[in-house]
Amino acid sequence: MLKALKLEPQHCTGCMQCEMACSYENEGVFNPAKSRIKVFTFHEAGRFAPYTCTQCEEAWCMHACPVEAITLNAQTGAKEVADAVCVGCKVCTIACPFGTVNYNQATGKVIKCDLCGGDPWCAKACPTGAITWTDADQTGFQRMYAWAQQSPAGEASYILPQKKDPAAYGPSA
Amino acid sequence: MDHVIVGAGPAGIIAAETLRKHDTDCGITIIGDEPEPPYSRMAIPYLLAKQIDEAGTYLRKHDRHFDELGIEIVRDRVTGVDATANSLALESGASRGFDKLLIATGSRPATPPIDGVASPGVLPCWTLCDARRIIEWARPGAEVVLIGAGFIGCIILEALATRGATLTVVESADRMVARMMNATSANLIRKWCEHKGVTVHTGATVTAIEQGRAGGTLAVALDNGTTLNANLVITATGVNPNIEFLDGSGIDTAQGMRVNNQLQSSVADIYAAGDVAEGIDFSTGGHAVHAIQPTAAEHGRIAASNMAGHTSRYHGSVIMNVLDTMGLISSSFGLWDGADGGDATELVDPARYRYLNLQFEDDRLVGANSLGVTEHIGVIRGLIQTRVKLGKWKDKLMQDPTRVMEAYVARTQAIGYNAHVL
Repeated sequence: MLKALKLEPQHCTGCMQCEMACSYENEGVFNPAKSRIKVFTFHEAGRFAPYTCTQCEEAWCMHACPVEAITLNAQTGAKEVADAVCVGCKVCTIACPFGTVNYNQATGKVIKCDLCGGDPWCAKACPTGAITWTDADQTGFQRMYAWAQQSPAGEASYILPQKKDPAAYGPSA
Repeated sequence: MDHVIVGAGPAGIIAAETLRKHDTDCGITIIGDEPEPPYSRMAIPYLLAKQIDEAGTYLRKHDRHFDELGIEIVRDRVTGVDATANSLALESGASRGFDKLLIATGSRPATPPIDGVASPGVLPCWTLCDARRIIEWARPGAEVVLIGAGFIGCIILEALATRGATLTVVESADRMVARMMNATSANLIRKWCEHKGVTVHTGATVTAIEQGRAGGTLAVALDNGTTLNANLVITATGVNPNIEFLDGSGIDTAQGMRVNNQLQSSVADIYAAGDVAEGIDFSTGGHAVHAIQPTAAEHGRIAASNMAGHTSRYHGSVIMNVLDTMGLISSSFGLWDGADGGDATELVDPARYRYLNLQFEDDRLVGANSLGVTEHIGVIRGLIQTRVKLGKWKDKLMQDPTRVMEAYVARTQAIGYNAHVL
């Protein structure tokens, strides 16, 4: 089953362990500036929000790459940068509307989250469960619900998924 | 269904691959007029810089990629389109029918109207063929004059410097990259280049290129009275869409090939994508040619989806660029020059070559220019294209424009399930 990073900002305490783990495992240094996951700090509100690449299905970075340096890892669902192919043109860094592909001037290549090949260190390092590595189908719902609650139209109502009766769909094609 | 795509650049290749995803049985033929496998012009600066070989510029890396997808690539050149008979005339003398046609012929460099521009040693930097000649001419110690300080003129400076060339840039506008960067940031780019040993003339026009006194050199005369010696002159004064072969076809063209929000031209079976297309501009709602890679990729995908019989509508392309000028990275997005009645904020740090300018319309971001700022830069596109209402984050950005990523996270993510907290 495809797994995904589940980010739950309400559990984040801003300890930055994820950034330390990410930079160490991927770049060999404890340096949050080189982390592919980033914790945003909202001082006025006393809130923290970890944020990284969502590995979008039709990835903007992947489609925009002119030299096929960003490809899908079919096993993990990650969009991965092949350093040997990347020319450092940076088009993916402006194409990604989530701002999660960054240029590394030291190497002349771009860096983005690759889910650590299917065993993400940020999730392992997170002590509060704000970042978990979980069934991909489960990651979106609660966040969508929470977002809907913020809607200017007021509190959203929602319908819980119902258990479906396969017979209701008739014989399969 | 027989799909024909004219042009083997990114728009054409992505369209072909997308067609195959939608339809496993249709015929897909790409007609391209260059001898190499499909390649990226965007990779040429890195070829000149010796970072990659020619194969490194190829759009797809596996030899059998197109064979395996059942995509036929034909080397020929389309000389005319019969839009009523659904037929193409080819330079080889043959003709080719189609059910659906995609024009993805891209653009080509403008030739500045200068006496002597056809001399040996004067060439554009556009094709792999041009790149080979530049590599041959730009030897260590060579004096290279670039006519035009736009995107291409700037992005090849570093490669030419790496090759040991002495560089002079001549730009007719009052600043470098005038179509991408505002005066404050463009002047910093100029200062940076001058620190790196590049001579920059702005507001100057080349009036003639003649054979110089020394063997094999050229004399480049400017209207400010200067005459420059050159072993190589590179013209980089913009590009124009390749639409001439459509003359007489009845297909609607203006600056480029006019297309609607399904990338369809004025003729139902004929579509256009990439540099040749004059499609919807997200920021203005009008038509514009956006000769940039992300637009080519998006056009290719959406045109193909419509050609395959689906209805895919395009909300328009956001013009955007990222440019590396000898290590100084700049970017521009959308209405970087401002919106009518909008307001703006900027952060200027000339000592560190850092600059950020944000343009707003009400509480939405509509454009930006940046220099020396690369972290999370794509989020500017996200904020523009999703028309995120910034609310009280607009004031925070007016105070500190570097907080764009925080603004995006705060305004689009349910942080702590905290409705209305941020």
